[in-house]
Amino acid sequence: MSFSLPAASSNAPEVDALLAALLLMSCAVLALVFGLMFFYVVRYRAGSRIDRGALAERTFRFEISWTAATLAIFFGLFLWGADLYVRLFEPPADALKVYVVGKQWMWKVEHPGGQREIDTLHVPADQPIELVMTSEDVIHDFSVPAFRLKRDVVPGRYETLWFRADRPGTYHLYCDQFCGTDHAHMVGEVVVLSGPDYRKWLSVTPGSETLAAQGQALFIHFGCSGCHGGNGAGSYGGPGGSPPGSTGQAPAPSYSTVRAPPLVGLYGSPVPLSDGSVVIADDRYIRDSILDPGAQIVASYQNVMPSFAGQISEEDLVKLIAYIKSLGAQRADAGQTGG
Amino acid sequence: MSHALDATAGEIEAATVRDNRDNYLTDEWTVWSWLATTDHKRIALLYFASITFFFFLGGAAAALMRFNLLTPTGAIVSPETYNRLFTLHGVVMVWFFLVPAVPVTIGNFVTPLMIGARDLAFPKVNLLSWYLFITGGAITLWALFMGGLDTGWTLYTPLSSAYAKGYVVPVAVGIFISGFSSIATGLNFIVTIHRLRAPGMTWYRMPVFLWSLYSTSVIYVLATPVLAMTLLLLAFETVFRVGVFDPALGGDPILFQHLFWFYSHPAVYIMILPGLGVVSEIIPVFARKRLFGYKFVVWCSVMIAVISFFVWGHHMFVAGTSIYSAIVFSLLSFMVAVPSAIKVFNWIGTLHKGFIHFDAPMIYALGFVGLFTMGGLTGLFLATLAADVPLHDTYFVVAHFHYIMVGGMVSAFFGGLHYWWPKITGRMYPEMWGRVAAAMIFFGFNLTFFPQFILGYLGMPRRYHSYPPEFQVLNVLSSAGSTILAVAYLMPLFYFAWSLLAGARAPANPWGATGLEWQTPSPPPVQNFTSTPVVTEDPYSYPSPEAIQMEQAETGEARPNG
Ligand code: HEC
Ligand code: HEM
Ligand SMILES: [Cu+2]
Ligand SMILES: [Cu+2]
Repeated sequence: MSFSLPAASSNAPEVDALLAALLLMSCAVLALVFGLMFFYVVRYRAGSRIDRGALAERTFRFEISWTAATLAIFFGLFLWGADLYVRLFEPPADALKVYVVGKQWMWKVEHPGGQREIDTLHVPADQPIELVMTSEDVIHDFSVPAFRLKRDVVPGRYETLWFRADRPGTYHLYCDQFCGTDHAHMVGEVVVLSGPDYRKWLSVTPGSETLAAQGQALFIHFGCSGCHGGNGAGSYGGPGGSPPGSTGQAPAPSYSTVRAPPLVGLYGSPVPLSDGSVVIADDRYIRDSILDPGAQIVASYQNVMPSFAGQISEEDLVKLIAYIKSLGAQRADAGQTGG
Repeated sequence: MSHALDATAGEIEAATVRDNRDNYLTDEWTVWSWLATTDHKRIALLYFASITFFFFLGGAAAALMRFNLLTPTGAIVSPETYNRLFTLHGVVMVWFFLVPAVPVTIGNFVTPLMIGARDLAFPKVNLLSWYLFITGGAITLWALFMGGLDTGWTLYTPLSSAYAKGYVVPVAVGIFISGFSSIATGLNFIVTIHRLRAPGMTWYRMPVFLWSLYSTSVIYVLATPVLAMTLLLLAFETVFRVGVFDPALGGDPILFQHLFWFYSHPAVYIMILPGLGVVSEIIPVFARKRLFGYKFVVWCSVMIAVISFFVWGHHMFVAGTSIYSAIVFSLLSFMVAVPSAIKVFNWIGTLHKGFIHFDAPMIYALGFVGLFTMGGLTGLFLATLAADVPLHDTYFVVAHFHYIMVGGMVSAFFGGLHYWWPKITGRMYPEMWGRVAAAMIFFGFNLTFFPQFILGYLGMPRRYHSYPPEFQVLNVLSSAGSTILAVAYLMPLFYFAWSLLAGARAPANPWGATGLEWQTPSPPPVQNFTSTPVVTEDPYSYPSPEAIQMEQAETGEARPNG
């Protein structure tokens, strides 16, 4: 048994310092409350003949002073906690993205290089990692106590969590949000490897193809290429696959006349929408564009893209996004600006 | 002042001890006279019986859970059973024990007595609310036992609406119905306190308990309808598959959490405000002193009730809400702790220069102050954003709310029960046993729940049927504490029963307390008072310590206990 917890991420010592401050404040208040209580009940017990003297008349002054003191301390703690919390939401730009999909009752992890793991996450030390997480069924929660971090994993959206692990080792991973029968077995481990060890791990772990390459196959399989062009370059016509199982609700467009935006260079760039607003094309936006294309329509395009909700699994979505993201990289390589 | 009081008390004492045959208990003794009674005192007893049943049922589930957690792999039950147990425990303890507990029992009994009224404003509505309560309770229990439910008391979607295997809708219906009982009770108290105060009973002459009850009632009336709507939407989604909360149907699962906590956070204050009131009654009596800072204490109750409506988002700091909302909710959560802290300081101020007696109610009250303070302080850990991130949904949260709800509120309930027991039953409970039980509860409670703070920090998630072996020692400690706690909670059941049969007859005012309820015989007559009392003094108008000491010097002895 040990009453201490490893502090294995860059923010863990900072959170520990905050917790220590809270603990110190609590002990001081408890000492005051219990101390005065014991002192008074002994000193002023009914049988004691001690001289009680006159009572303080101006209780108002006491009230004001302890209210003010309480307020001041609370405000300090609030600021400290809020500042640290806000920084948890600002992943560095160079963070390595790893995709996590929760489902009853396991964690599926997909690395950019195509490595897949279940209930285990290998990460390199001293490098910022950003987890992009979603769930296939109910709400789960990805919690790593050694990093002092957790985040709910919600179906139907992407939640992100970033950290910089700084101590190689193996740490507990728990699901912290009750998710049904085997909630307590939805546990695993996070393995932090030093740089060389991590590269070795990458090379010995069969990665099949990269996520992006798998995504490219899916892009054709699901018929995206029919509208968006074989390599996502945009399309004003030409042949293509037809979307399997499209609802039939939308008037079946003749693919030779569909005009769809190019996806090259899309990732990370601003997209003007038909309602006049502009959004940044991040994972969340691309995911929504695939599942609910009618909600945000790209300016000057028609709402003809069918919804793929219920047809593409979360894991395949992750691959499609990785593919679209890779198109962005290609475009940047070519020195062009995003569209 | 004290002389006038002593005189009345003395006269009535003489009258009671002679034999108080004509009271609400002896009035008529048929089953019908109980089931159709509109007397607030008898209805309070009906409620006592019902919530005692629920308390021990919820307690039995907890005992099984603690037993199971003795070993890392789960000692006795399957994960499925374990999940049903904690759902049953939470649902029963929250909605069928703690939310109603103090208001419908002690509140029902003493409110009219405290303001010098014959009954509540709507006696028939009062009876109706009991029937709603037991109907809701029966439906919920039936569902929990026949189908089971494995969602936790929080019923988060889409687990509850699309994946749970149990009887979600019947449980929701039961809670929905009992919600109307809360609303009816709240309305009744609000109208009673506004309209039925005896002549001279101004707002600032009301005992703090009534201010707490009033604040609680406002929450009952305003928050419970939101729960009702939420449950209705949940039932709709579950039965008709309309998408409200389930993302697979186009709903938003976080919306459920907003709606749920919009009710449930104020509801946690339903589960503490009446306790704050009870303790504010007990401490002045047993310290023979005015309550320190009366106006601050009563306005703190009101402030708590108001602010409690604006902090619900602190349950969702890691759920994916925006960071701006998290910042606002964190600040507001700190704000709600300020009035709670002020109350603690005022209780301690009341002890200063008092004449402190250690009867069982006072032991409970002092225990309450300590445990409530610990619960409140750990609430601050959770209100601090970056600190909540590791602690959320771990045993730390479990320990936090048990410190307040069990260490605080249940202790206050037991303290109040001992304090008003002579008034309610006309009998004294055995003092020695009362003190022993109170001390055991304090000790057993800390042994059960303190280790859970450490477990939470070390990362043990809540609602786990099994756990990594390194957590075993702390879990065994916690389970050991829970057996002590169980014994301590069972003890009053026996000595209270004994006191009904063989306890000494209680005088009208055994504690030498101020307050109208002590000026009528124990147990009170059906009409409560033979003539409408007139109030001429502030509450807790005990003589000043100086005056008491002068009197002591004259008579040459310390004031007798009670
Ligand atoms: C029927 C033709 C069609 C098919 C098939 C189609 N799309 Fe689209 N897509 C469009 C059109 C038209 C738009 C622009 C209007 C809008 O935003 O809905 C669009 C928009 C998008 C956008 C947003 C682009 C931007 O510039 O913001 C993304 C991302 C996207 N599609 C991805 C996909 C993927 C991935 C698939 C395959 C699973 C797919 N699309 C299949 C026609 C199609
Ligand atoms: C002193 C003021 C208080 C503060 C600042 C406070 C703060 C908090 C916070 C921030 C949480 C969410 C923790 C999390 O889930 O991560 C929480 C949970 C909780 N609190 Fe408090 N709290 C206070 C008082 C109370 C009171 C008076 C009660 C009940 C009588 C209470 C009962 C609960 C319950 C039941 C939960 C957990 C609910 C659940 O998830 O099942 N708290 N508290
Ligand atoms: Cu889980
Ligand atoms: Cu809350």
